[in-house]
Amino acid sequence: MFCLRSCSRSSLFKLLSNSRSISSSCVDPNVGLTTDEIEYRDAALNFAKTELAPNMQTWDLTEEFPVDTIKRSADLGFGGLFVSPDYGGLSLPRHDGSVIFEALSQGCVTTASYITIHNMVNAMIDTFGTEVQKERYCPDLSSMEKLASYCLTEPGSGSDAAALVTNAKKEGSKYIVNGSKAFISGAGATDLLVVMTRTGGKGPKGVSALIIDTDTPGISYGQKEKKIGWNNQPTCVVNFDDVEVPCENLLGAEGQGFNLAMHGLNGGRINIASCSLGAAQQCLEDVVQYTHDRKAFNQPLNANQHVQFKLAEMATEITTARLIVRQAARSLDAKEPNAVALCAMCKLYATERLFKVCDDALQLHGGYGYLKSYPVQQFWRDSRVHRILEGTSEVMHMLVARDLLKHL
Amino acid sequence: MSGLRVLVGCKRVIDYAVKIRVRPDSLGVVTDGVKHSMNPFDENAIEEAVRMKQKKVVKEIVVASCGPSQSQETIRTALAMGADRGIHVEVPAGTDANLQPLAVAKIFSKLVEKEKPDLVILGKQAIDDDANQTTQLLAGMLDWPQGTMASVVSASDGSLTITREIDGGLEDISVSLPAVISADLRLNEPRYATLPNIMKAKKKKIEKMTPDKLGVDITPRLKILNVVDPPVRQAGDKVPDVTTLVEKLKEKGHL
Repeated sequence: MFCLRSCSRSSLFKLLSNSRSISSSCVDPNVGLTTDEIEYRDAALNFAKTELAPNMQTWDLTEEFPVDTIKRSADLGFGGLFVSPDYGGLSLPRHDGSVIFEALSQGCVTTASYITIHNMVNAMIDTFGTEVQKERYCPDLSSMEKLASYCLTEPGSGSDAAALVTNAKKEGSKYIVNGSKAFISGAGATDLLVVMTRTGGKGPKGVSALIIDTDTPGISYGQKEKKIGWNNQPTCVVNFDDVEVPCENLLGAEGQGFNLAMHGLNGGRINIASCSLGAAQQCLEDVVQYTHDRKAFNQPLNANQHVQFKLAEMATEITTARLIVRQAARSLDAKEPNAVALCAMCKLYATERLFKVCDDALQLHGGYGYLKSYPVQQFWRDSRVHRILEGTSEVMHMLVARDLLKHL
Repeated sequence: MSGLRVLVGCKRVIDYAVKIRVRPDSLGVVTDGVKHSMNPFDENAIEEAVRMKQKKVVKEIVVASCGPSQSQETIRTALAMGADRGIHVEVPAGTDANLQPLAVAKIFSKLVEKEKPDLVILGKQAIDDDANQTTQLLAGMLDWPQGTMASVVSASDGSLTITREIDGGLEDISVSLPAVISADLRLNEPRYATLPNIMKAKKKKIEKMTPDKLGVDITPRLKILNVVDPPVRQAGDKVPDVTTLVEKLKEKGHL
């Protein structure tokens, strides 16, 4: 099956002539990559520039969830990056995933982030599922015939994830699920959920993961939340009212759910940090061009040393953040003992620092930075949530501190 | 018609989004550290070959590129789009800027002798030299019919019907095989190289050769004297009416 480009060549020329990319410099994402990895990045960036970037702002305004475009990305292999080829995946290392998500985010952070969530769920089933479960769910997820959402957070528990109360009571060959999940990305538009439920006692050891089809009776959605960013991804409360889930949909063992969640989030943190990288990279490329074009006091903005120094700081932040994100990915791939802490560090560092890069880029655009007709404000709004979801920056501090203090 | 072998040419050029800078010695443009990619017209050429293969008109696609070692990346992209195997005719880095259409046509005519394709598809022109010569030279050397600037190609028994984009509009011609054609931008919409295909392409073969081994003399016949930036755009004049406009044009010697 092949995947055609929808954007015509002449409109692509117009698009690119408006934003020359800074490709050979201190902030080049290709530096340090092998030829293969550069090819993957090019494939992702091509898709991002052709399919995502031209629509990013419209999707934000109309709040449309671009399901067609997202499914087209599966033709390029973006549906099952980390999943075994036996189930339609590519078995790529997390490092390559980071490179790909960074490139996709240069086109649209929100769409790229959704694709990371879908991949996290697919990988979770591939890693912890039985043969039967993998065969039943992973091929459809890899081809994006079905889209997935991940349900951990609840109205009453976010950072304190282990305090979740959505429960699953075993009755014969079924679990009966009751409760609510909050802030669920893709909710209402996705086909499959992986839901963390309480099957046992209090705390993390009482949590189990269930795979639930969204057409199961008893599932309902709250109103779509009005957010300041990530607008082209629906976010809703998901309610479970005596939802019957066959026991064979238990993912992993009973009581193992929390481990699955934490395991999934390690990769998820690298992915979100990578999306922040793409946002900051694109903001920098845009603002380097803007400060060249815009004149004030008879000279281009970038003739001012302050502006030059600001750009230099921004570039340094991006390159440094990229290093820790890619290092965290390599550590996770190599299963090194510091992987969990490094994933926390990379999310903490990248999401915080790179949001400030987007903020600086907005400021350098002056009044134009505040207009929705310029993309910089959308990268700013979209990447703001990266400091919060998949583990707040505060929780990241906790994880790093825990690693430092655990030997005492 | 089925079972054809197609030879497709592709060239590694400076990426079309890059801001070109003239070298300090004014003999060319800066290529060091600059992003390169496959010539856009060559993407159309490969796409057409892959579509013909999907329609089972073509059985094998061989992609060839003449250039420095990095040309292999371009060949890999072609393999990822669906070509079956590659040929890299390596030219020392630095001399590739002087690899001119006549030399490339000679190389391709040797490749045709070796590979015996039924059809050669090249891009209409490369975006660095804009020569638009290789297809025509090659057709002449092989004494094969040519269909240049193709925007529609359809195959029927032993021949191709081609719509050409020419100055006057569109021209339909029929060429018998074997033939050489050159792809224009509107011939097709090139596919993305998908990640699975990029990975599969790693297993496809790329044969390496040199112009010497093919017995081709690639010494340039044309010498580049000077390369300069186009003149900076000047502000225009506003005129109140057509009479003044005509006067001004006459004054400046344009009429």
